[in-house]
Amino acid sequence: MHLAYPVVLAALLFSVGVYGVLARRNAVLVLISVELMLNAVNLNLVAFDAWLRDSLHAGQALTLFTITIAAAEIGLGLAIVLLLFRARGTADIDRATALGDPAETLAEEAPAGAGALKGQATA
Amino acid sequence: MTALALLAAAGPLEPASRSFLSPTGVEIVFLLVGITVLGSAVVAVSTKQLVHAALWLVVSLGGLAIEFLLLTAEFIAWVQVLIYLGSVVVLVLFGLMLTKAPIGRSPDADSKNRWVALAVALASAGTLVTLVVDAFRTSWIDLGGGGGSAAVTGASLFRTWVLPFEALSVLLLAALVGAIVLSRGAKRRVPPPRAGRLRTGRPVGSNGTVAATAPRTAPEAAAPLVTEES
Repeated sequence: MHLAYPVVLAALLFSVGVYGVLARRNAVLVLISVELMLNAVNLNLVAFDAWLRDSLHAGQALTLFTITIAAAEIGLGLAIVLLLFRARGTADIDRATALGDPAETLAEEAPAGAGALKGQATA
Repeated sequence: MTALALLAAAGPLEPASRSFLSPTGVEIVFLLVGITVLGSAVVAVSTKQLVHAALWLVVSLGGLAIEFLLLTAEFIAWVQVLIYLGSVVVLVLFGLMLTKAPIGRSPDADSKNRWVALAVALASAGTLVTLVVDAFRTSWIDLGGGGGSAAVTGASLFRTWVLPFEALSVLLLAALVGAIVLSRGAKRRVPPPRAGRLRTGRPVGSNGTVAATAPRTAPEAAAPLVTEES
């Protein structure tokens, strides 16, 4: 088998994961995209292990380690997301702005808030 | 003599002479499963129905397990089925349910910067694919049997990789303890939403309740700024 097939598939899968991480709003869906990126890395590791015919099987051992770390990561990540949901009532990552610069967020939210306040004032 | 004739009939064996235009059977199966994997991954990151995203993730990860089988990594493939399809997807589904994800279509599943994200993803895909095709155009994998069976993987894992393996078990234990601490500490520190009296009777943030009360201060602080503008 040409090495180009699995490697190109891994590159495309990683890019799909990049899109998901950047474009998704729900934190659980962001975690799904991170899983896709980790799987692209796994495919790369397995393909290069089969290509190099490593006597230590470093690629497959590292793939097992990556799978384990991914399991630990998604467990902790979901615990954090649940904590965020309990504290805030939402799992949207663009609403979790408590640690941001307050002046910056106010400057961004000012036009939307101005319209709402004007509506309240006229009512 | 007959062996040489067979070798000659089988074609040249140099890697450089293998063409992409005459793929082998393994390559065709790999390509078809790869298209399935990629398509379901694209649907998983772009669908508006949140639960469907997790279910399309099952298709994508299961297809990747088939790809691992085609690359003769049998043990990895079954570990992939066990860990990813068995536990990670179930965890993701539980996470979606516990955060009250809507069942139907939710129009705000994608944030505002999705076009920027699409541009970044296309740029990275173009760069990576160009680089990788240029680098590995002539590389050929000799898929011998038994390269990734459980016996071989176990032998290399417990002969060569024992120390990282044990360190990984410590990491798993730490992650387990961390997840338990995170989900237990939530009940104690963050007050339930009906503690409104406590919020008015005491200055906010005095006993570590900053996280629960911080978003309420933002619109109040926004109000004087807005009135100054208008």
